[in-house]
Amino acid sequence: MPKDHGIGASPKRREDIRFLTGTGQYTDDINIQNQTYVHFLRSDQAHGKINNIDTSAAAAMPGVVRIFTGADFEGVGTIPCGWQITDRFGEVMKEPAHPVLAQGKVRHVGDPIAAIVAESLEEARNAAEAIELDITELPAVVDMKDALSEGATKVHDDLSDNLCYDWGFVEENREAVDEAIKNAAHVTTLELVNQRMVANPMEPRVAVGDFNRAKDESTLYTTSQNPHVIRLLMGAFVLGIPEHKLRVVAPDVGGGFGTKIFHYAEEAFCTFAARQINRPVKWTSTRSEAFMSDAHGRDHVTKIELALDEDNNFVAVRTDTHANMGAYLSTFAPSVPTWLHGTLMAGNYKTPLVYVNVKAVFTNTVPVDAYRGAGRPEATFQLERVIDKAARELGVDPIALRRQNFITEFPYATPVAVEYDTGDYHATMDKMLSLMDRDGFAARRDASKAKGKLRGFGVNCFIEACGIAPSNLVGQLGARAGLYESATVRVNATGGLVVMTGSHSHGQGHETAFPQVIAEMIGIDESMIEIVHGDTANTPMGMGTYGSRSLAVGGSAMVRATEKIINKTKKIAAHLMEASEADIELKDGQFSVAGTDKSVAWGDVTLAAYVPHNYPLEDIEPGLEETAFYDPSNFTYPAGAYACEVEVDPDTGEVTIEKFVSADDFGNVVNPMIVEGQVQGGIAQGIGQALLENCVYDENGQLLSASYMDYAMPRADNMPDMANYVVDHSCQTPCTHNPLGVKGCGEAGAIGSPPTVVNAVLDALNSAGYDVAHIDMPVSPHRVWQAMQNG
Amino acid sequence: MVEVTMTVNGKSVTKSVKGNTLMTDFLREDLNLTGTHVGCDTSQCGACTIHVNGAQVKACTMFAAEANGAEVATIESQAAEDGTLNTVQQAFQDYHGLQCGFCTPGMVMAATALLAINSKPSEAEIRKHLEGNICRCTGYHNIVKAIMVASGQDVPSIAAE
Repeated sequence: MPKDHGIGASPKRREDIRFLTGTGQYTDDINIQNQTYVHFLRSDQAHGKINNIDTSAAAAMPGVVRIFTGADFEGVGTIPCGWQITDRFGEVMKEPAHPVLAQGKVRHVGDPIAAIVAESLEEARNAAEAIELDITELPAVVDMKDALSEGATKVHDDLSDNLCYDWGFVEENREAVDEAIKNAAHVTTLELVNQRMVANPMEPRVAVGDFNRAKDESTLYTTSQNPHVIRLLMGAFVLGIPEHKLRVVAPDVGGGFGTKIFHYAEEAFCTFAARQINRPVKWTSTRSEAFMSDAHGRDHVTKIELALDEDNNFVAVRTDTHANMGAYLSTFAPSVPTWLHGTLMAGNYKTPLVYVNVKAVFTNTVPVDAYRGAGRPEATFQLERVIDKAARELGVDPIALRRQNFITEFPYATPVAVEYDTGDYHATMDKMLSLMDRDGFAARRDASKAKGKLRGFGVNCFIEACGIAPSNLVGQLGARAGLYESATVRVNATGGLVVMTGSHSHGQGHETAFPQVIAEMIGIDESMIEIVHGDTANTPMGMGTYGSRSLAVGGSAMVRATEKIINKTKKIAAHLMEASEADIELKDGQFSVAGTDKSVAWGDVTLAAYVPHNYPLEDIEPGLEETAFYDPSNFTYPAGAYACEVEVDPDTGEVTIEKFVSADDFGNVVNPMIVEGQVQGGIAQGIGQALLENCVYDENGQLLSASYMDYAMPRADNMPDMANYVVDHSCQTPCTHNPLGVKGCGEAGAIGSPPTVVNAVLDALNSAGYDVAHIDMPVSPHRVWQAMQNG
Repeated sequence: MVEVTMTVNGKSVTKSVKGNTLMTDFLREDLNLTGTHVGCDTSQCGACTIHVNGAQVKACTMFAAEANGAEVATIESQAAEDGTLNTVQQAFQDYHGLQCGFCTPGMVMAATALLAINSKPSEAEIRKHLEGNICRCTGYHNIVKAIMVASGQDVPSIAAE
């Protein structure tokens, strides 16, 4: 019988009411009296030298308040990068300046050149047409290998070349890995592309800057996953506003998926301009602008080699990746292909030797940064594709090959610097195979064949590092921030609680799930607990929501703060009942003295804290409010086994998903309904990457996929039918190092599903006699059909 | 400027608008009905779906002036006055058919329009009907389920584990 409250229950989400009735408050719903509107004039060239920007005619247009260009930002800071990578020669990465508005050059289509602030958006747009630009077009570098070639055009003239860094990991293993591969019984090699993706949360980005001159205070309302991070980056590094004079509010946010982590130029602009003109300044991105200004994701070109001994044991993995940074370094961009990618290259396997080389490259494209999964999908995709290819070359069952090499003992220290605390990879594989009815596959394949379709079965295993992250570790790895999380628990006099969290909910359901944890700890109803998030003015400094960290890190902070509350209430209860504190028990919202029938209710104790007439004032302070900061001691390691069956139409190359099963191990689960929703959403994005989505530039750096007409978003009829789709999380090996035993579930679906789908397509083709080694994503009808003609 | 009069969520409104004012801007800016969302600029995402004379319309595809004399319904009209959710809204909550909530108003309006013309749609018909509404969070699974439930059809329970 499922629980009806507390940890493990699935109460309906309380935030749904406002979203279902159109009464949510997203940033674009905020309008401030006397507000102005800004339109950004963006570069339509990928690379150019700015000779002159003549705004005189535009400035005289109706409704124009002021026009800003890069010249207005001389002496102002530039958009900072939050992570510094040290390369394999001990040198720090190249870190070009990223001005708020372009200075000297434009470096990608969409680079903002001028900002027109006007009384209305229409007037701002009209005035933009009157700005006269004198820009000399320069050759653009788009392809990463071209960008690194001798004599290539430089994206940044002040840097020696377009190489941001050349990172090796673990550098000490380099020669041993080379040697192992040279001497191996079998080596499988695969070259592949993990294509550029656009995160596309359905709410485009919005920023509203406001300034109170009398108090010298700035406020920024913004679509962010982490308002405190924005306040710190923008205040300290761009605009020079101390935290106590700067408030950042991220109200209801319509999805993030990584791309709303980063600090963007438009946020700094609106905050800056509001101070300059002493009026609120609002910017609302159009979807077309989003495609050319939101940080993109993925964009890796990789060669991977898997070496096996004569018994098919993995002996070494070597990978060589070019990772696109785009024209500037976005907030966490350097960390994605390195620490979030290289450290996962052991996967679920006991490969003793791993070496990862990553060259990060500047190009004349939109900056690339974390997108759901961030580095871990890229690691999983190459590893799980090369394993499937090896199985085919060796003529062995891909499931058996994986099982033979699974890590089975925990904790397990990988050769790439991380220690998996718990896991059971055979259990998730067993669960997945039983839910897939693998034994029935042959009959289903025959049925497909009778319809003229080719059916394939694809499997994939993955591991991810979540619950980001131990501050001292990431500090050593180049992070310029701590990655703890915070919570303040305020208990009111009549017993209700308000929890102020540094994490942020933009679809994850914190307002429902977080109270389940506290309700369980105290034994009270969830309705007595309210969650506050998203405003730096009333939440403790926290690092926000990404990397599947909210419950594992933010939830742990909340547990620690609640423990402090419980400890204090026990002291008060002991005083009220004239008993020893050690004998006080808290159960179902009642404090009792062990071995007696004495008890006081939760509400009696909280009231005493605020009406301390009969109270141990000499020992403890009145009031009931505690804060905790939680810094994890390790990452968490969710893992899973996924499978799907596809049908390929040999006449058209079209692929349909006929059956899909995910078997995940997230450790303990607080709200199964929300967890399943997270996985389903992640899988949809993974299926989107596998079959549909592709961000495409032409050789001149023109962005060809800049709208939903050209960028194929997954829609309802691209997903597997209900009857043939199961997301399972019943295999649970709790995390050993956080108080809830949770691992995080937000990214798993997006990490686990792309190789699953591609492996299934390859199985369909290979089993039908087509000699096709690999098809790059998206596995579009054209690519499949072409591969069949060649194979 | 042209004067338009229409019934929005049961109330008659008369406003002076520019000829090129989009229905989305009219609802959001002039009437402060911010439940109708704008998620794209190519009429692809469906976040702005409303009902005009009972038919499902993407509000970004029409001018406010074109709605002169029309009966318009937005997401704000879907729950009862006392706050009770309608059948579709309630099913979305019961079956976790929303996460960030941004596409939700459009999804609910599209779903109620479907059920008005097809009271027991099949799963395939629901998926086909939603092809003009993009959701990035849910993967559609629970949205389809919610619409099946709202039309009185059996579906697998959620959170079975």
